[in-house]
Amino acid sequence: MTKEEVQKIVIDIIEEIAPDEDVSDIKPEVRLRDQLDLDSMDFLDIVMELRKQHGIEVPEEDYPKLASLESCGEYLTPKFNEKG
Amino acid sequence: MSGLAAAIRVALSGKSVLVLEKHEAPGGLNSFYRQEGRVFDVGLHALTNYSEKGEKRAPLNKIFRQLRIPRETFDLNPQVGSRISFPEASLAFTNDPAVLENEIATHFPKCLEGYREVVEFVVNRDATALDDRGEMAGPFLSEKIEDPLLREMILCPILYYGSATEDDLDLDQFVILFRALFLEGFARPIDGVRTIIRALLKKLKEVGGERRMRCGVSRMLTHDGKVQEVELDDGSTIRAGQILSSAGLVETNRLCGIEEKSEPVGRLSFVETISIFKENPGSFGWNDTITFFSTRRPFRYRRPENELVDPHSGVICIPNHYQYGSERTLKEGIVRLTALANYDQWKALSQNAYQEEKERWFQTLQKVALNVLPAPTTDPKSLLVGRDMFTPLTVEKFTSHLGGAVYGASRKAKDGRTGFENLYLCGTDQGFLGIVGAMLSGISIANRYVVP
Repeated sequence: MTKEEVQKIVIDIIEEIAPDEDVSDIKPEVRLRDQLDLDSMDFLDIVMELRKQHGIEVPEEDYPKLASLESCGEYLTPKFNEKG
Repeated sequence: MSGLAAAIRVALSGKSVLVLEKHEAPGGLNSFYRQEGRVFDVGLHALTNYSEKGEKRAPLNKIFRQLRIPRETFDLNPQVGSRISFPEASLAFTNDPAVLENEIATHFPKCLEGYREVVEFVVNRDATALDDRGEMAGPFLSEKIEDPLLREMILCPILYYGSATEDDLDLDQFVILFRALFLEGFARPIDGVRTIIRALLKKLKEVGGERRMRCGVSRMLTHDGKVQEVELDDGSTIRAGQILSSAGLVETNRLCGIEEKSEPVGRLSFVETISIFKENPGSFGWNDTITFFSTRRPFRYRRPENELVDPHSGVICIPNHYQYGSERTLKEGIVRLTALANYDQWKALSQNAYQEEKERWFQTLQKVALNVLPAPTTDPKSLLVGRDMFTPLTVEKFTSHLGGAVYGASRKAKDGRTGFENLYLCGTDQGFLGIVGAMLSGISIANRYVVP
């Protein structure tokens, strides 16, 4: 799976948990919190959906690695690929 | 209601969840009942914390997002306008905070600066952190607002809408309630609380949560600092995973076999009269949504010592006065009056005396309403077509809160922890109040301990 595909998965999750946010123009390098109205409850939901929909576990100490779309891609792509 | 919200979160996280409901109606403190063809809400005067759609940081909107429930399903209609009415002054307020600020500028010009500082403090304080900082609101308010009359007028609605302690409350609770009442505001579904409960039940079902009605918990069997099994009223047992209890602090401890010597059972309970009129009360001149009143100074929010009821202060709520839209109105007029009551005094009455006192206090409180509200253009009595009244005993029966304590124990467990590692509290005794508070409590505790 490519980084872009993984990022698309994250965008789809954000769209699902926060349907009132505009996800069409997310800048990959900018922190998600700085361009969308997401709080810690919403990040918990992103982690929850990654586990539920894709079997990807993100331990609490790694939550900061989900800060931007770019860092999500870096951090999650190997996890998706390990899973096969 | 906190339990339902928590269960939805747990189910959303992909775990299995079972909701045990003692009663035949769901909702707990925020439930409803049927009588003579009418549906009455148990406690709902209003949903507080009303915010418009765009306010993403507002607790109400966090709830819609966290529970993945579309906002429209709650059918929230904002209030018309409310009032704090004391003998020396009256302050109108609406869901627009500027209205109250203008009223204070007019009636308490010297206190305006201090009031603005209170608002600023409330806006900036993160009061929903799950820890207890142990500060009280009284000293804070005295520092900011010089005039005791204004302090009492601000505290009156706040204490009535959520304080489990007398005359003063925890500063964080004050912040939460100040925001909920004065900065956000009131709303109501036209059919009352059941609209919200139905939305929660529908969602719970959709996400695979299981629910059993009339299925009370008789005790929890503990061993090694854990709850091992939950025993139900019918004697059957369920092996315990993680448990969230919305039964209350003392009540939950009792289910675990723990009886403390000095239990913080709440001292505050209420009576409420419900009068049903043939017409909208606005037609005879009662136009405010909610009136918080005290006919005596200083205002006291205390359990009446030697009386069944304290008729000198209370809340009058008229559910007709919400902005339901031009095509929708309630069929009948409804006026609800809530006042402080003494549980022990009601409990001590014989069955006959109980009925007599209920009748006597119903009549007394109707006179109080006549005295507090604007002089009616028609005698409301001639338009009365139905009524009901509840006492601290009714509250105890339906909420299972010991002592009929509507707002639960005087001590809260903000982090939701109990003496057992797999048992957590949510709801009233976790410390978030009101309908939005109850749901937020369930969500927060589930998120912290069960979802991850």
